[in-house]
Amino acid sequence: MALRFEVVGRFNRARAAQLTLPHFVCQTPLFMPVGTQGTIKGLTNNQLEEIGCQIILGNTYHLALRPGADLIDEFGGLHKFMNWKRALLTDSGGFQMVSLLHLADITEKGVTFQSPVDGKPMLLTPEESIQIQNKIGADIIMALDDVVKTTITGPRIEEAMYRTLRWMDRCIAAHQKPDTQNLFGIVQGGLDPVLRDICVRGLVERNLPGYAIGGLAGGEDKDSFWRVVAQCTAALPEDKPRYVMGVGYPLDIVVCSALGADMYDCVYPTRTARFGSALIPEGVLKLKNRAMANDERPIDPTCPCMVCKTYTRAYLHCLVTKDAMGSQLLSYHNLSYMMKLSRDLHTSIVEGRFPEFVRGFLRTQFPKGDVPEWVCNAMEVAGIDISSCCASFSPSH
Amino acid sequence: MRFAVTKACGGGGKARAGALYVGGGGGGGAAVVETPSLLLSTRKGLPAFVSRDLLSTLPSPDSHLLHVSPIHFIECPSSKTISNIGGLHQMLGLQEHILVAAASDSVESLPESEASNKLGASFETPSGRRLVKPSEYMQMITSMKPNLWASLADEVPAWVTEKRNRISVDRTLRWLDDCLAVDLEAGKNTLGAVVGGSNIDERKRCATEASLRNVAGFWIGGFGLGESMEERLALLNAVTDCLPEEKLRYVSRLSLPEVLQGVAAGIDLFDSTYIYHLTLGGFALVFPLDIVERDNWDSRTDIEGADCTKINLRATIYRKDTSPIVDRCGCFTCQNHTRAYINHLLNVHEMLAQILLEIHNTHHYLGFFRLMREAIKGGKFELFRQRFIKRRRAFLTAEAPCSL
Repeated sequence: MALRFEVVGRFNRARAAQLTLPHFVCQTPLFMPVGTQGTIKGLTNNQLEEIGCQIILGNTYHLALRPGADLIDEFGGLHKFMNWKRALLTDSGGFQMVSLLHLADITEKGVTFQSPVDGKPMLLTPEESIQIQNKIGADIIMALDDVVKTTITGPRIEEAMYRTLRWMDRCIAAHQKPDTQNLFGIVQGGLDPVLRDICVRGLVERNLPGYAIGGLAGGEDKDSFWRVVAQCTAALPEDKPRYVMGVGYPLDIVVCSALGADMYDCVYPTRTARFGSALIPEGVLKLKNRAMANDERPIDPTCPCMVCKTYTRAYLHCLVTKDAMGSQLLSYHNLSYMMKLSRDLHTSIVEGRFPEFVRGFLRTQFPKGDVPEWVCNAMEVAGIDISSCCASFSPSH
Repeated sequence: MRFAVTKACGGGGKARAGALYVGGGGGGGAAVVETPSLLLSTRKGLPAFVSRDLLSTLPSPDSHLLHVSPIHFIECPSSKTISNIGGLHQMLGLQEHILVAAASDSVESLPESEASNKLGASFETPSGRRLVKPSEYMQMITSMKPNLWASLADEVPAWVTEKRNRISVDRTLRWLDDCLAVDLEAGKNTLGAVVGGSNIDERKRCATEASLRNVAGFWIGGFGLGESMEERLALLNAVTDCLPEEKLRYVSRLSLPEVLQGVAAGIDLFDSTYIYHLTLGGFALVFPLDIVERDNWDSRTDIEGADCTKINLRATIYRKDTSPIVDRCGCFTCQNHTRAYINHLLNVHEMLAQILLEIHNTHHYLGFFRLMREAIKGGKFELFRQRFIKRRRAFLTAEAPCSL
């Protein structure tokens, strides 16, 4: 185990913690920007540090293709290669394989797929995935799991869950650097509480440094989504970090944090920036919209980031989707927003005003009081009173 | 705006060093800038890839001079909005910078001489072909409040008929008067446009006429549109011979090594999309910035067969190169990243590649301008120019061993 996880504040299930990793000391809850190919699109390392970024995610699949795991190893790891001084997390490569490649096939051995470079058949085994991740050298590495879409039903889900546990053991056996890299297990089991429970227990038995809740953020309905998160966070150990993969929207992060999760990742903030959308407390601001052409206000008057302190919506309107600078500036703002959200979650829990923060957040996002039902239900389980934010409780939402 | 020639180069050359002090405009430009200097090219007022915070890591005040084309804003924001915001400096967040407005560039605002007519100049822009009248142009200038601005010109390529070329000079002069007529500053920040294509007489006529107007300096256009290297020097000299010595001269579209001709002819400010095109191509400038000092410079010490000016970081030889682009270069890119990393970024089409390259290339090219200024101040510009050209051509004449 190469981390320390110390809870420094609580509200019911929500917790604020200090997560000490080999390369950086982090405060949770935290959001991790996705730096797929060894870079966050359009931002430099010092800009990321400026906005308070603590951990970046790298994609094993992409990095193994280019520049290649051996090259990264020769350079002394991804930290050295990209000159990032804070923490890194790599995923196992499994998800990309399944989502990006039409002819991927999952067997007990591993994931067979067609190489996108030359069409040769290739096999990614748990051992191979861990070996590659050992070379990349991230602070946190993810086990190769058998991930299925939550929209699928039937025996495949059970098969995948048990296989995930078997692959977990192979990952543990293959892991060469447990003293410097933390291997997280991933809870699978679809939307079935029984399967999820078996998987949680199985992983907890292996006494891992941290746990992820996988298989979500893939199109399932929100009501199922929060229930799975709630179930897992209730069952996972208190003293280890919990990472909900692929989440996501600011609202989802607030809810999951209320339910006891600590870490998140998603391409959403940077991707939506490239499409001209800015994240603001009220929701999303579409800068491409014609109404923005003469709007002399900043994106968000309450945001302290460089973009909001310097530029008007009118100017950004003419940049976005047309000039690289537009993408950069919007990505910078959106990630600043996510970092600020992370800090606010952490600080409000530590300072004993988490419910007030949640209420303020919901009121700003839903000024008419139309908080979605799933959020109301989740907050009830989280023990946070948001009745003052809801106009009326309508079952037919 | 104040400009003064501080050193005319001895030895018969016309290269000169100068000092430019700019105040007023939308604010900013309090520093004194030495010339000859480079105006960084921009899209909609900002460099293509280098955001304001990274721009401030470049040498100062060298990197504070920017060329802005008002035509980039022809779609939006409206002049009214730009005015309300407070002008260009405010809108771009570049309050400390010197913004020089000139309508045409080589990327997003290309002069379209066939569509220009007596009413206005035509440009090819990302939103199509646009005709810009002097009155519209001045409306933009007034709302933008740049530190300096060039009047609207009818630029024509080198191959037009004599008649068309003559018309372009007539129009350009007329539009200069039109612009000055509505200029609230009465020409204090105006650079009179000088055109004339490849015709020496027309060039002289335009320059002489423009000199009669009450302007702060001159913008020399129409180069980089088809004339040859040999013609260009003669044309440049013809123009500068007819311009008052003490006023500022700015020429567009001269890259490396043409810029040396410009300096030799007595030009003070330069803009071009040289850095932009290098960056897009994945090239990084590497030529040594010490030519004047190295009296015992020897072409054999250079990499055999290599283009000593720039390297193409897409090439596989850089895949594992752990060195910075240029050893001991003080730019953000060289201080933080390796050639291998940039090679990777280029291969996976990541925007960070262009950001890092534009930073380095700008830093390096600004260093080159600094070298030129040193050479002029030391009375050695001609020597500098010849050595630089010779060195560039050395790789073409050196034997390149066949090795793979």
